[in-house]
Amino acid sequence: MVILAALWFLIYFNLEKLTGLVFDISGLSSIKDSYARSIEFFIYEVPKVLLLLTLIVFVMGIIRTFFSPEKTRAVLEKKSLFLGNVLASVLGIFTPFCSCSAVPLFIGFVEAGIPLGVTLSFLIAAPMINEVAIILLFGLFGWQTAVIYVSTGLMIAIVSGYIIGKLRLERFVEEWVYEIKSGRTDAAAEKITLDDRIESGYAAVKDIVSKVWLYIVIGVGIGSLAHGYVPEDFMAGIMGKSAWWSVPLSVLIGIPLYSNAAGIIPIVSVLIEKGASLGTALAFMMAVIGLSLPEAIILKKVLKLPMIFIFFGIVGAGIMIIGYIFNIIY
Amino acid sequence: MIEIKVLGSGCARCKELEKMCFNVAAENNIAADIQKISDLKEIMSYGIMQTPGLVINGKVKLAGKLPNASTLLHWMQEG
Repeated sequence: MVILAALWFLIYFNLEKLTGLVFDISGLSSIKDSYARSIEFFIYEVPKVLLLLTLIVFVMGIIRTFFSPEKTRAVLEKKSLFLGNVLASVLGIFTPFCSCSAVPLFIGFVEAGIPLGVTLSFLIAAPMINEVAIILLFGLFGWQTAVIYVSTGLMIAIVSGYIIGKLRLERFVEEWVYEIKSGRTDAAAEKITLDDRIESGYAAVKDIVSKVWLYIVIGVGIGSLAHGYVPEDFMAGIMGKSAWWSVPLSVLIGIPLYSNAAGIIPIVSVLIEKGASLGTALAFMMAVIGLSLPEAIILKKVLKLPMIFIFFGIVGAGIMIIGYIFNIIY
Repeated sequence: MIEIKVLGSGCARCKELEKMCFNVAAENNIAADIQKISDLKEIMSYGIMQTPGLVINGKVKLAGKLPNASTLLHWMQEG
């Protein structure tokens, strides 16, 4: 592992020189047209993002072994409404979560007496704020944007969950959810050794990187082409600040679009480069990653239709507000 | 005969776990009754919050991830 880590740092911090070298050898550096600029962008960005991704996924894989839905549930039980929303949102980042397990997790939380609003705070934060999104934002935009994304994502999860909690919408949960008497299992209580944790880190890398690398290559590829060929202010008219309607429109288009963070962020980075404003792009990205139709269909098993609309409505409105705020600030 | 239940309502890993159970049992000549449980109420009765879940002879062995083949074999052998 030490060797791997050393190798990682060596490559990452010399990547610019390395890709520059490749560029010189291939003779592309002498060509000054957009074709060469596209390739230059591509051969630098792809390995950079993949390296960052591997590292963060590995670290998150280890961190996640310290968390489990069972522990998170135990923390959230008997917490007051607002504090519960805050904790649920933060824990949503670290607790291992797959949207395919959204329903068992929802039932497990509700059945333990965790308020609906707190449970939904978790279910908003968990998919929206994920390590792939964070790392791509960091790699393509810088750390400030990554921090903005995480903090605004948390804010939306906390506030939306809090509002849903205040609205007392328990009647829109399918009745059978409350009738379930689930046994409590201690399967997760087994002892985890350091080796197990590191093993989990490797497993996460294998699992996630093998799933998303192609999206990243394609996303950055499209980005590179646009980088070289599309005029600088191409997007300004459609997604620029002056177009006030662009924020709601981005959210509306973003919800049915289902893509993982890996595919969408490289494209968003190009939108911004070509004149889209940060707030609009951020809103688009959050709507694509955080709100999705498949998720709605999964949640439909436990939530009645009005609840799904309220849920998407509140989160969508939150995303729009964030979009407008950023368009005003920047 | 051991009784194995794979809990999960259709996620990719659930199918993978089911396949793993069949393979490990077949390779080691273990007589096992392997069932896939996709009814949510029944899944929840085992108290898991992540799928896939693995239940061997009524005991929850694992939730939310795939075991490696040797661990799975070990669980099957101890029953």
